[in-house]
Amino acid sequence: MVLNINNKQHSVNAGPDESLLMVLRNHLDLTGSKYGCGEGACGACTVLIDGKATRSCITPASSMEGKEITTIEGLEKNGELHPVQTAFLNADVFQCAYCAPGMIMSAVSLLQKNSNPSDQDIVSAMQGNICRCGTYPRIIKAIQEASTV
Amino acid sequence: MKAEKPDIAPEQYELFEKPSHQFKMNRRSFFEILGSGIAVTFTLTTGLSKELISPVPEDQVAAWIHVNETGQVTVYTGKAEVGQNIRTSLAQIVAEEFPVSMDKIDMVMGDTALTPYDRGTFGSRSIPYMGPQLRKAAATAREILMDMAAAKWKIERRQLFMENGVIKNTTADQSINIGELTKGEKLLKSINDKVNIKRVDEWKVAGTSIKKVRGESFVTGKHKFVSDMKLPGMLYGKVLRAPSFGASLISVDAKAAKDMNGVTVVHEGDFIGVAAPDLATASKAIKAIKAEWKTTPQPSRTEIFDYIRKHSDKNGSDEGSAGDAANAFTNAEVKIEKTFTIDYIAHAPLEPRAGLAQWANNKLTVWTGTQRPFGVQEDLAEVFNMPKENIRVIQPDTGSGYGGKHTGEAGIEAARLAKAATMPVKIVWTREEEFTWAYFRPAGVIDIKASAGKDGKLTSWEFHNHNSGGSGIETPYEVTNKKIQFHGMDSPLRQGSYRGLAATANVFARECIMNDLARELKQDPLEFRLKNLREQRMKDVLQAAAQKFGWNKKPDANHGYGIACGNEKGSYVATCAEVSIDSSNAIPKLLRVVVAFECGAIINPEHLKNQIQGAVIQGLGGALFERIDFKDGKILNASFSKYRVPRFSDTPELDVVMLNRKDIPSVGAGETPILGIAPAVRNAIDHATGRKMYGLPLDMTT
Ligand code: FES
Ligand code: FES
Repeated sequence: MVLNINNKQHSVNAGPDESLLMVLRNHLDLTGSKYGCGEGACGACTVLIDGKATRSCITPASSMEGKEITTIEGLEKNGELHPVQTAFLNADVFQCAYCAPGMIMSAVSLLQKNSNPSDQDIVSAMQGNICRCGTYPRIIKAIQEASTV
Repeated sequence: MKAEKPDIAPEQYELFEKPSHQFKMNRRSFFEILGSGIAVTFTLTTGLSKELISPVPEDQVAAWIHVNETGQVTVYTGKAEVGQNIRTSLAQIVAEEFPVSMDKIDMVMGDTALTPYDRGTFGSRSIPYMGPQLRKAAATAREILMDMAAAKWKIERRQLFMENGVIKNTTADQSINIGELTKGEKLLKSINDKVNIKRVDEWKVAGTSIKKVRGESFVTGKHKFVSDMKLPGMLYGKVLRAPSFGASLISVDAKAAKDMNGVTVVHEGDFIGVAAPDLATASKAIKAIKAEWKTTPQPSRTEIFDYIRKHSDKNGSDEGSAGDAANAFTNAEVKIEKTFTIDYIAHAPLEPRAGLAQWANNKLTVWTGTQRPFGVQEDLAEVFNMPKENIRVIQPDTGSGYGGKHTGEAGIEAARLAKAATMPVKIVWTREEEFTWAYFRPAGVIDIKASAGKDGKLTSWEFHNHNSGGSGIETPYEVTNKKIQFHGMDSPLRQGSYRGLAATANVFARECIMNDLARELKQDPLEFRLKNLREQRMKDVLQAAAQKFGWNKKPDANHGYGIACGNEKGSYVATCAEVSIDSSNAIPKLLRVVVAFECGAIINPEHLKNQIQGAVIQGLGGALFERIDFKDGKILNASFSKYRVPRFSDTPELDVVMLNRKDIPSVGAGETPILGIAPAVRNAIDHATGRKMYGLPLDMTT
């Protein structure tokens, strides 16, 4: 199958049941998207499909042909960090940062739909992303900061 | 579990002592690895605490700091970065004493071939023990370079100062980059134990909020966690898991798996695993293995507390006794006798266990996310019956641990498969495996008898913990008659360390009883605590939290306040919580939390705040809803959809007060801040409703 990832065509030889996450990580070495649960319950594997935050661990790769897939590796433009990445760095959000790529992808998707989210909007949009280290207050702050640029 | 094999021995009851080991590197091989420059090392003769590092024979050294010919500083420490941002705070400490910009400092951590032996990263020990050593090593390196510059320019040493990697002569327009000084040198020096180090009030880098080192590699997804790593020809491994705890293997038929293309099957004792060129094939192969297991009866969650009481050591170990607690209790004016129950909970680090192993020329390299790389090296030496020197364990920055990654199971499994397959093998545990086969915070039963006089002074304190462990079991309150005991047992589920260890259980029970005694006496719970506490530092955090919280204001109708405090490992926490009760269904809701914390001189305020916030939020899980459910030796909720952890919407309004005691040496902060939240919430519910709960998690749904 041919997948359009970060504006590049990738032809992959994946089994019919393989999830997009496994294809990204194991076939294409795009390991920024993380495995946390494999059941859509933690958000670590979040990527954008046609701009929408999607759990790649429960998305069959075979259903993704013809879609625009963006992963954390595709956020930088011309060597410059995406404003959301910069905002997360400025707020010095993370502890172990294993949740970071999923959090950032979910935040990018939220801000594309809603450029000025309230705290409540952020909580509802991010509810599916777990940070086991408990950096939630700092993530909320980072998203608010990103929304002002 | 009793029948645990030695290669995956769990830690029963917290920290254990391992024999000390030596870091074998002589001067020549040292500079072969590092290149020329100067290095400051620890050796036995420097006389720092022997408990921390193994004795090093005189001809061997343990490297600490190396300055190369470009002025780049490399620091070697066996500590592990698992999200506590220790990479940043230790680098700050070095930069404080060795004035170079932070980006000139590279921290090599958790690599058994490159760093000195270290027992492990746990118990909040990195800052109080590793910090002072690195500080002295950095200061020694600075002094050596200053001496070299003084000799070069033939001037007095005191006319020089160092700034931003450059040594300057204050009396002339003369300066030299430290890299030029070290050029061609191969100077190996010991830490000078008497070296001048900066006073805390002189700190310029330490004490400030330097951002997470290598932060960009995480927000771009570039950092390679072990689960992300790949080697040429690498195979993917899977392990066949027993159907339940306490099951043993009777027979195996692995023919179908063996026949699959490129699949290697390993069967040794109860271990059955496969390695295959891709994950899908590995999963298919493991499913194709037919195994018969013999199970043994196992307790279920519904009966676990009876089980613990029945099986725990009747005599118990004495953890602090004085006077005659029984007699004082009998004759007391106000008394309470209660039993608390504590469920097993899981650490559930977001990165599950992962290991990558490679054999070459009878040498083994294992990459794994562990808090004890040297411990895993020892485990591997035992499993493969080979000298430790031929085993290298490398721990890249890891997706958290919270005390839950003291072991190296995935690395050991990968090494077994890699040996048989003669190819590198990676194993990443599934979430279900992590929830089932990692280890848990122990369940426990706690019996307390406590009494006080009408004057509000404690008169007796009897405290028995069954199975949780001994951390935090001592009481910080003054009482002349006390009996404190820990009753151990063999846990039916695999158990081990947790953030704050057993103190999450012991402090909870103690602080609930302190609340209940105060209420019984009709005294303010804060005043009651202050009256019975000895240590000023504990009183200080209590007062700081209470003030910020507005403890003296009356809560609104249907609202309640709770307070609790605790100390562990030289740091102090106090937590206030406010809950409201929805009058329609009487379910309590947590509204806001104030936590005050003190851990000596603060090294990085923002990162400290992050640790405190994170600990409170993680603690909320254990306080309100985390609980491992199990039946007949099977875990029933081994997934994030069944095992609820705190999410965005669970985060209360959270205020953090940090007391900066510049006069007290810094200690760690990863653990203690978790202690106050569960009892504070429980006591707030009592205040709002009069309902007293005696178990963790608190059941707020009824
Ligand atoms: S790994 Fe996809 S949601 Fe958890
Ligand atoms: S920072 Fe560790 S999981 Fe979010």
